[in-house]
Amino acid sequence: MKIAAKVRFMHYYNEEDLARFGEIAKSKPELFEKFMAWYQACQEDGALSKREKALIGLAVSVVVQCPYCIDAYTQSSLENGSNMEQMTEAIHLASAIRGGASLIHGIQSHNAHDKISM
Amino acid sequence: MTSTATVQITRHGKPALPHSPIGFDKRLDAHGLKLRSTDVEILQINVGKVCNQACKHCHVDASPKRTESMSAEIVEACLDVLRKYKIPTLDITGGAPELNPYFRRLVTEARKIGAKVMVRHNLTVMFEEGQRDLPEFFRANAIEVVSSLPYFLAQQTDAQRGTGVFDKSVEAIRKLNAVGYGIASSGLILNLVYNPTGAFLPPPQAAIEADFRRELKNRYDLYFNNLYTITNMPIARFLDYLRRSGNEERYVQKLINAFNPSTVAGLMCRNTISVDWRGNLYDCDFNQMLEISVSETVPQTIFDFSPEIFINREIKTAAHCFGCTAGAGSSCGGTVS
Repeated sequence: MKIAAKVRFMHYYNEEDLARFGEIAKSKPELFEKFMAWYQACQEDGALSKREKALIGLAVSVVVQCPYCIDAYTQSSLENGSNMEQMTEAIHLASAIRGGASLIHGIQSHNAHDKISM
Repeated sequence: MTSTATVQITRHGKPALPHSPIGFDKRLDAHGLKLRSTDVEILQINVGKVCNQACKHCHVDASPKRTESMSAEIVEACLDVLRKYKIPTLDITGGAPELNPYFRRLVTEARKIGAKVMVRHNLTVMFEEGQRDLPEFFRANAIEVVSSLPYFLAQQTDAQRGTGVFDKSVEAIRKLNAVGYGIASSGLILNLVYNPTGAFLPPPQAAIEADFRRELKNRYDLYFNNLYTITNMPIARFLDYLRRSGNEERYVQKLINAFNPSTVAGLMCRNTISVDWRGNLYDCDFNQMLEISVSETVPQTIFDFSPEIFINREIKTAAHCFGCTAGAGSSCGGTVS
């Protein structure tokens, strides 16, 4: 009964879980530490600005359809001075690439068709 | 040890402060920090809550419906303090301070005394009756003008400050530019203030200043000197917004997570005394709105003010103070570190 109640209120995606990301380190902490060092280094100002990186992060987040990442990189984009118009352009570009990536596979169908057709 | 101030006032039946899982005083203690004042270098006068706007994030709760406004008696008491103790800077805020009937006397007398005078000017008040000569008045008195413009686009600005405010603000900056404000060679300073238009932290000041400079020039041919970024304080109308939108807990946690101990030494409460429209004294304009008065060890009104007594006093803090220590820090002059 207790388990059933818990299951009923559990979702695959919980907003609060974003803040619990560090709990992954309960097992194999050394791997998480390596991940975080890499991840954080990727966010810093470099040849690309933090704002550019936040927009790239947002675009990728939408394409990989990670709700945690979308939440985080929406905030990060705003906190680096981007506006919704700019963020939407980044989202469209990433989505268009994803659409194009699907569409170009249509050539494989054409190739397969041509191979077996007279 | 530092201690948390008690806030008596409530807001729509709820606490006037946001819920915080950790006290600001505890966080200072954890870093071995104490928050005490230095010399009083800035007299910040809030002349009242009367304003021609009613911005959604306003920590003063100012609006055209408010009537609280500083009397001539209190204005004279403030001028007496400036005259007697030669406090270097007078920072005038509100509401829209220009709507106080004694505003122009306060400015002109303070300039005669020799104080640097800053006015928190909301731009649109320039189009109210009797205020159209404000650019010339500011110029004649070499006032440093500080004006809020939360973004270089209408949508974000109007969402925070009211429909039509952006277009009026553009027109007002144009008039200020026309008399020399914001023009590099003129010596007349127009600084803009960026506030996030929602429950997020401001961008790095230098980066967003460059965006504003480029966009305001290219889109509207407007000019300014510096852009200050200010974090929205989780009190008053912004706290209402956080509660309405379900963002209170998350925003406060964001401020706490971004606590930056290196900002504490540069917090404006350390060298500022804040005066309310009734002449009462506070450590800052935010404490003023929460009615957290200065330490009980010092005089409580402008009539009894004497700078040497106020040096090294304990600053009163509470959960909202996390708003000034988040990230690069926040003050009326922008980032701290």
